[in-house]
Amino acid sequence: MREYLVLRVIAKMMIAFMLLFALYVQFHGDFGPGGGFQAGVISAAAIIFYAVIYGLPAARRVVPEWLVETMVGAGVLLYATVGLAGIVLGGNYLDYFVLDSNPVHGQVRGIFWVEAGVFITVSGVMLKIFYLFAGRRRNEGPET
Amino acid sequence: MITSHLPILQVVVPLMAAPLMVVLRSGAAAWTLAVAASWTALAIAAGLFLEVAGGNVVSYWIGSWPPPWGIEYRIDIVNAFLALLVSFIAAVVIVYCRESVRAEVPRERHYLFYAMYALCLSGLLGIAVTGDAFNLFVFLEISSLSSYVLIALGRDRRALMAAYQYLILGTIGATFYVIGVGLLYLLTGTLNLADMAARLPAVSDHRSVLAALAFITVGISLKLALFPLHLWLPNAYAYAPSAVTAFLAATATKVSVYVLLRFYFTVFSGSGIFDDRPLAPIWITLSLAAMFIASAIAIFQNNVKRLFAYSSVAQIGYITLGVSFGSVYGLTAGIVHLFNHAVTKGALFMLLGGIALRLGTVRFDAIGGIGRAMPFTSFGIVLAGLSLIGVPATVGFVSKWYLVLAALERGDAWLAFAVVGSSLLAVVYVWRFVEVAYFREPTTEVARLREAPLSMLVPAWLMVLACFYFGLDTGVTLGGAGAAAESLLRGPR
Repeated sequence: MREYLVLRVIAKMMIAFMLLFALYVQFHGDFGPGGGFQAGVISAAAIIFYAVIYGLPAARRVVPEWLVETMVGAGVLLYATVGLAGIVLGGNYLDYFVLDSNPVHGQVRGIFWVEAGVFITVSGVMLKIFYLFAGRRRNEGPET
Repeated sequence: MITSHLPILQVVVPLMAAPLMVVLRSGAAAWTLAVAASWTALAIAAGLFLEVAGGNVVSYWIGSWPPPWGIEYRIDIVNAFLALLVSFIAAVVIVYCRESVRAEVPRERHYLFYAMYALCLSGLLGIAVTGDAFNLFVFLEISSLSSYVLIALGRDRRALMAAYQYLILGTIGATFYVIGVGLLYLLTGTLNLADMAARLPAVSDHRSVLAALAFITVGISLKLALFPLHLWLPNAYAYAPSAVTAFLAATATKVSVYVLLRFYFTVFSGSGIFDDRPLAPIWITLSLAAMFIASAIAIFQNNVKRLFAYSSVAQIGYITLGVSFGSVYGLTAGIVHLFNHAVTKGALFMLLGGIALRLGTVRFDAIGGIGRAMPFTSFGIVLAGLSLIGVPATVGFVSKWYLVLAALERGDAWLAFAVVGSSLLAVVYVWRFVEVAYFREPTTEVARLREAPLSMLVPAWLMVLACFYFGLDTGVTLGGAGAAAESLLRGPR
């Protein structure tokens, strides 16, 4: 779609807002609908949109494969580490109360990092699935 | 301080190892991590077992939320026995994995293989330690999804189809389970298993309880491959990588049996739902069908892995037969056979993996005379086969002895004869291997085979020796199983 000027310009404008909206959904998750999962999907959708308009190689330059795979693991690790932090600080696993001197602040802090982990893993997995499907025919050549 | 967190660390150690492997992206590092995680899990399981062996119950509150509001990990002797079994098998098989996986899985996928292995282990251990019905479902899905991937990594292209078949049936099973749990949640308003057991008697006249029981029974029976619902198992075991077959055959169906035990003897037992319902005859009929029909099918297989896969279905019949008696002897036989069959089948599939590594196939028409080319491997298969038959001094004998005792205690001598009779079918299929391996002239291809590498032989032979050691010294296995049976029959506490 390289030759469609309108698409290219509009996409460039929209992608920034999509990413911003993802962040809004991410940080608004505690107060309303949203959270790490939805935000992860939206941010991945922005990259997929970029890939659709500008081509897969361009998207792979922006978000390389290794980064996507690292995100898949890193998010889960972050989530689990928050749980371990609860143990280290004297509570049980995934105990947010002990993460801050004020238990309520501790809950907010715990949720914040857990949602960050969800965000990272979900957007990583969405992109990984997209790359796997989109890259299929290029690597293997036509079947017949 | 750390000892009070053992229940959660049991799950979290392999669960954190898996994403770490994905981040590191190196096959060798992943294997090292997987070994470390599996052995740590084994140490934790042993610690937990010692802690609850005296009859204690360990309760762990995730996030410090008290049950029944929060998720509770509740470990009594039954859970600890199962966690010990699963982590023991995982710790032995992971050592064996290195050579076997190097030969059977493409190099660039090694780290993903080990990540899936660690995930599967954490899922199975999670089922073993959790005291929450929905948390159990989540772990069931973690272990199932990772095992679909592990099976699909098999060399044979049919592995994909087998994994897909298992995916469909496994998903139906998990869905049925969650529907059953949903019904129970509607009735009792709780997901905590102990709390559910306490609240169920008050609503037991409700017909939904029966529906919940039916959904959970069918769903879990699919996962444990009870006779008419076993169709996914032979292909999945036959075409999965050898190490995966050894690991799954020894653990996955056993964990599902535990779920069944937990629901039947802890959750539903107090509700009086089993009174006046012919559940025991149904279970006995299906178990007998599994023992005879699956054994008979096994005799006519050409692929040795498929043969032993069908034999697994038959062995699950022994387990459910013991469970269906509902007596201390019966349950002891069922629970001890979880362990005994796991060790036996683990040994068999690991040794077969050695043949698959050297020859590339385990079909009867290709392995003629293998006894001369690979003496240790073949002799190990024969010894483990003896345990499968139930020859005295092997673990198989211990289980069957208790099964016969339980049948006689009920006054059903014909059931005791059925147990012995179906063992004769096992003699037939084990003899087939003996005949092919020792009484046929090796082909040129077989004659130039070398023995399997030590890193595979040693873990496999460790299992073979375990078949005999635990057949003679039954203190831990039978003691643990007996205590577990009594704790289950006492009902919820």
